[in-house]
Amino acid sequence: MTPAPTPEAAASGAPTPPPSKKPAPTIDSKGLQRYKMLATWIIFIGVLVVCFVGVDADFMALFSDGARQNMGRILGEMMRPDWSYASHIWKPMVETVQIAIAGTIIGAVLAVPVALLCAVNIMPKKIVSIPARMVLNLVRTVPDLLFAAIFVAVFGIGAFAGMLALVFFSFGLVAKLTYEAIEAIDPGPLEAMTASGANKIQLIVFGVIPQALPYFFSYVLYTFEVNVRAAAVLGFVGAGGIGLHLDQQLNSLRYDRASTIIVITLVIVLLIDYASTYLRRKLL
Amino acid sequence: MIEFKNVVKQYPNGTIGLNNINLNIKEGEFVVIVGLSGAGKSTLLRSINRLHDISSGEILVDGKSITRANGKQLRRIRRDIGMIFQSFNLVKRATVLRNVLSGRVGYHSTFSTMFGYFPKEDHDIALDALTRVNIREKAYIRADQLSGGQQQRVSIARALAQKPKVILADEPVASLDPLTTRQVMDDLQRINRELKITTIVNLHFIDLAREYATRIIGLRAGEVVFDGPVSEATDAKFSEIYGRPINEDELLAADAPKGGVTV
Amino acid sequence: MNPTDPSKSRSALIRNWIVGAGIIVLFIWSLSSLQFDGIQEYGKQVMLSIWDGFTHPDWGYVYMSEGEDLLRGLLETLIISILGTFISAFLCIPFAFWASQNMSRLGIVSGSGKFVLTVIRVFPEIIMAILFIVAVGPGAFAGVLALGVHSIGMLAKLYSETIEAVDNGPREALVSSGASKLQVLRFAVLPQVIPQFISYALYRFEINIRSATVLGLVGAGGIGTPLIFALQTRNWSRVGIILLGIVILVIIIDLISGWLRRRII
Repeated sequence: MTPAPTPEAAASGAPTPPPSKKPAPTIDSKGLQRYKMLATWIIFIGVLVVCFVGVDADFMALFSDGARQNMGRILGEMMRPDWSYASHIWKPMVETVQIAIAGTIIGAVLAVPVALLCAVNIMPKKIVSIPARMVLNLVRTVPDLLFAAIFVAVFGIGAFAGMLALVFFSFGLVAKLTYEAIEAIDPGPLEAMTASGANKIQLIVFGVIPQALPYFFSYVLYTFEVNVRAAAVLGFVGAGGIGLHLDQQLNSLRYDRASTIIVITLVIVLLIDYASTYLRRKLL
Repeated sequence: MIEFKNVVKQYPNGTIGLNNINLNIKEGEFVVIVGLSGAGKSTLLRSINRLHDISSGEILVDGKSITRANGKQLRRIRRDIGMIFQSFNLVKRATVLRNVLSGRVGYHSTFSTMFGYFPKEDHDIALDALTRVNIREKAYIRADQLSGGQQQRVSIARALAQKPKVILADEPVASLDPLTTRQVMDDLQRINRELKITTIVNLHFIDLAREYATRIIGLRAGEVVFDGPVSEATDAKFSEIYGRPINEDELLAADAPKGGVTV
Repeated sequence: MNPTDPSKSRSALIRNWIVGAGIIVLFIWSLSSLQFDGIQEYGKQVMLSIWDGFTHPDWGYVYMSEGEDLLRGLLETLIISILGTFISAFLCIPFAFWASQNMSRLGIVSGSGKFVLTVIRVFPEIIMAILFIVAVGPGAFAGVLALGVHSIGMLAKLYSETIEAVDNGPREALVSSGASKLQVLRFAVLPQVIPQFISYALYRFEINIRSATVLGLVGAGGIGTPLIFALQTRNWSRVGIILLGIVILVIIIDLISGWLRRRII
């Protein structure tokens, strides 16, 4: 029999007395299960009700005449994109991709040493790996757009703030994925090298990097995909890229032009996604 | 109880699965179907409850044609046929009792079962079925915490909860060790005798077949090549069914530690 | 790593150099059009005032007896992400079955479902929030709807992968016991997938709480709204306390959600 007893199993299974005396404990565990279920449901529904009240969720508003007309008008205009506007958006589109590339590469390069510090099989000293991980987790709690809003306030409006936001974001993501990959590598070669007297640097260069490199590149590509999508909306907080133009068109109620931007952005994002997924599959 | 009339099963690629089968299985029989893998044992069994459709011919279950039945009728006939599978086919993360209760859904309307609620009688039936296979005390444990033999007994209990007239068992012991194999086969035999449920079992081991069956059917390349009581199923007959001498691994006793068991 | 054929190793080496050089060229190109000027103007002074603000957070903002304070903003953010996750966790189920290969015979059905989900997934939630603001007005409800619709893309994809991985045995057993199609779904498929569904919904909740903090930047409710005001007015001590609040909220939610997920699976 498989181990890992649940509380219920432990309550009924351990001593294995004859079956005839069995019913009592199982009835108990059934009752307990039922109360747990009930309590979970009550808490769950209670939280939902409080939330719906708290947010003034008015689903009728979603289907009210005003909302229908607004949505209908917007969607109607979006159905007819203004293709003549497309020629204006190639430059910001290129800028968007540039922001994503620069942010990804810088973030990924910065992530390497931190990932090495976080991996316990390379850095067995807890005094180093635990604070390193804490910093990483801290960085990862802040969403990319929030970084962008902050950097815009610090460095002013422009693509630089956006790139910096993506640097931080990529750093967190790549470092976490990479240190997990490093911890999962085959310890055999490392042991062999330690046995033959290699020092730490030699260990990393000849033992760790060859094993972890494909994963690292794969994660960088994945981060790049995420960053392209992020870069497309960074402009909403003033951090450059195509989002700035989209924001302007939405504010001036040019939904036909906004739609052009959205469609082209989606196509480019999808193309990059597919290309990157293809590359990743070849890497691993 | 179960009647095969000129049953033919041909696969889309042209292979013949069952070739003109005519059988009449009477109430209360314990039939074991033997044959090489690929001989059509599983196809034969699964055509009885129409998990597999047949190409021509007709199968009658308790006088009703399952071949022609549709929708509700078909489900009504299937309800009377319990089935036991090689890989148990339990919902592993659900409790034993939930698994057994799921055998009762055929008795209720689709709507009333959607909330997962079963009346008290169903609980009693399910617990009774578990008692019959001696795992009543495991009722509230998740199925994946049980050993293979116990899981197979749960699936027997699920079939029993259907209150079936027929039980089909497709290689029920193929993934069990020799000891639990005997326990499961004993359960099936006891149920067959006590509840008078017609039982049809596919088996790989010919010594088990001889030990438990009241009637043995031998299949070879989709045709019935032997049909008779155990006393007639000699080694020579088995060699005929298999088209070659009996192998060691077709005897359960050969798997078990050297003991006094002889065939 | 040690090929015996020298020509092969040399070609691999050349290829690696080309890829490396390509990446460097790409990097330089990507920096070329980015504007770096304007950074020096601000210089040390801005940095110092930011540092000062961050080290002296505006503790008074945490709770104010009336008006928009930090706790109310965080609570609204939490509510937006709970409701957004809840809505999408249900809305995505039909999409998930649509996109699952083992639920339909025709490949085109699941293929089209998967494509729709990809489009939803790459459609940014910020834009969705702006569209919903037009429909229902600015505020938390628009944020809820934006998260609810956007999360469908990822959740339905994960759900459909779960559905594709179900064990077919129980389905066969239910069919053989005379169950109808819906009963098979209810008793053989759902029990297998529901725990995984809940786990994915919690995971998505962790993502949504982060998203909910930025929805306010465009007016869709939550803590983002006071944050953008504080940033625009360069009220760094308030920015500091809001960021601190967000970080603590996200960490707490991650811990609770992670604990729940471990218990469910």
